[in-house]
Amino acid sequence: MLKILVCISHVPDTTTKIKFEADGSALDRTGVTFVINPYCEYGLSRAIGLREEGKQVSITALCVGGPEVEPTLRKALAIGADDAVRIDAPANDSAFVARQIAAYAKGKEFDLIFTGKESIDFNGSIVPGMVAELMDFAFISFATHMEMKGDNSATFHREIDGGMEVLDATFPVVVSCQKGISEWRIPNMRGIMAARKKPLAKVSPAEVREYVDPVKLTYPPARGNTQYFEPEDAQGLVGTLIDKGLI
Amino acid sequence: METKTQATHTYTAPDYYGLDELLSDEHKIIRDSVRAWINEHIIPYINDWAQNNQCPKHLIPGMGEMGLFGPSLPEEYGCPGLDEMAYGLIMQEIERADSGIRSMCSVQGSLVMYPIYKYGSEAQKQKYLPKLATGELMGCFGLTEPDHGSNPGGMTTHFTDEGDHYLLNGAKTWISNSPFADIAVVWAKNEEGRIHGLIVERGMDGFSTPKIENKWSLRASDTGELVFEDVKVPKENLLPGISGLRGPLGCLDKARYGIAWGAIGAAMDCYSTALRYAKEREQFGQPIAGFQLQQKKLAEMLTEITKMQLLTWRLGTLMNEGRATTAQISLAKRNNVATALEIAREARQVLGGMGITGDYPIMRHMMNLESVITYEGTHDIHLLITGYDITGISAFRGSK
Ligand SMILES: Cc1cc2nc3c(=O)[nH]c(=O)nc-3n(C[C@H](O)[C@H](O)[C@H](O)COP(=O)(O)OP(=O)(O)OC[C@H]3O[C@@H](n4cnc5c(N)ncnc54)[C@H](O)[C@@H]3O)c2cc1C
Repeated sequence: MLKILVCISHVPDTTTKIKFEADGSALDRTGVTFVINPYCEYGLSRAIGLREEGKQVSITALCVGGPEVEPTLRKALAIGADDAVRIDAPANDSAFVARQIAAYAKGKEFDLIFTGKESIDFNGSIVPGMVAELMDFAFISFATHMEMKGDNSATFHREIDGGMEVLDATFPVVVSCQKGISEWRIPNMRGIMAARKKPLAKVSPAEVREYVDPVKLTYPPARGNTQYFEPEDAQGLVGTLIDKGLI
Repeated sequence: METKTQATHTYTAPDYYGLDELLSDEHKIIRDSVRAWINEHIIPYINDWAQNNQCPKHLIPGMGEMGLFGPSLPEEYGCPGLDEMAYGLIMQEIERADSGIRSMCSVQGSLVMYPIYKYGSEAQKQKYLPKLATGELMGCFGLTEPDHGSNPGGMTTHFTDEGDHYLLNGAKTWISNSPFADIAVVWAKNEEGRIHGLIVERGMDGFSTPKIENKWSLRASDTGELVFEDVKVPKENLLPGISGLRGPLGCLDKARYGIAWGAIGAAMDCYSTALRYAKEREQFGQPIAGFQLQQKKLAEMLTEITKMQLLTWRLGTLMNEGRATTAQISLAKRNNVATALEIAREARQVLGGMGITGDYPIMRHMMNLESVITYEGTHDIHLLITGYDITGISAFRGSK
């Protein structure tokens, strides 16, 4: 039996127009739809793929966050996780989150911990490496492919500059997932109903200090005047650049 | 050959009154999952299917897997066991893609599976429901006849008791799914003139299902006839739980409820398309969305959509509580379909000439809705249902 932990982060939908609270202290959540971080969803989907390949697996989905993340965990259950865990603490600080995950996972004999390569809200890419370190697990980052090799190890592909790296690793392993490792799955109606009956546990956070303090969020500088040219209008483009004294 | 069109990839569902807050998290997962499935499997191809008058039967196993057939029927028969609000949301999302595909699902779920579930014997339920839920079997619903549309009680299709079987004769027409259905739930009169439901299976001698060609509407859905010439129907195929016009009308309640939601989906797609187009299309040096006449159209569309959403949400709540009346369901079906059709007509004009092509979904929705406003009780008949309900005087027979 492979014990798999899938770390899920709860993020604004990719199409969201991001607004901050007036004082810039936090995201303004009104009208924002939250989803499973798409890279985490690759991990979940790969885990379910292992079950479909005939492996005995148990899949636990975990998210560090307040009650507002529970629908996201329910969706993970609907897609196919067996149980879910919410570590009841705000997820503001990568080191804090990584330590919470590790504190939960320690002693539970997970063979695989899947995470996303990054979460699309703050794009830190920090948590998976830290979890691997804290657990003393092997770490495969930015994995684009995973194939079981026997019962206790797997071959992974990673994207590297201009090519691909192939690695074998014996479990336990932390895998941060990149596009390619699996396809997203749409939960079906039976899965959604089944999710109702699956356990979703609330776990108190471990005693971990916060390492950083979020101070302020600001918008990128407004984009300047943009002028578009038709593809065939090279002359217009060059003329404008000359007029502005840029060339 | 299938070509993808850009169509509604950038679809945004209007929710002006924050109705999402009235839905449970589970309802939202359901709606968003169906929307994602539709975006992947239907939206890119639907224009081609409709233009080519081709019913996408290859989608049936996927729809079954997704749980789109009989979603509110119980799990013991292989169905998802969702509530009525979920069923409505599913119909809304499917009809956002196409009323024809929604019709295929409505017929299967509300007009074939529901009567078997509600009026069938345990053996019939065990035999048919799990296979209908997966799409391994597809069904159709035969009520309308060539000479009896709005007045189904006048039907002439009939059966006689031949001892060890029934002998069925007559014909039904305008039957969705009939050309490919494996089974038909057929409403016919016995020797005493009482209406009963019979399950007729493809392959029974004397049973044929000619296709109706040349439709300008629901072109991605197959429609046909059911012809019965001395068809021997086993006695165990009679639905034991009901007789009289109440049987088919009870199923229609379910289906009409789904249509009330479905129409919102079509309307939302038209509105979303028109809004986007109006902001992008420039005439006289500015986006046409800046002209008052276009804003009037868009503002009225959104107003009507918001009203429809509130109406169906309330109706869904009543359905869940088992309190919705036939007349309440009828009002919602009539209002929402007529309103969606009006929105489609207005939205099409916002797109000018581009609204005429299949590159945009609006004209297809408009043509589809002409069927939707006709079937499951015409707009007129629904006015008579409400009229009867509020006055207590039946006007169905006019002065006769
Ligand atoms: C694409 C499509 C799919 C369909 N699928 C199915 C199906 O799966 N199963 C099924 O059984 N049927 C199906 N139908 C049939 C549909 O339900 C009938 O077309 C509908 O009930 C109207 O009947 P009719 O066409 O005979 O029109 P008629 O009843 O002849 O009506 C003609 C006109 O007269 C009006 N009218 C009739 N009676 C009155 C009255 N008392 N007062 C005022 N006006 C009146 C009507 O409103 C209408 O405008 C489908 C129809 C279509 C177009």
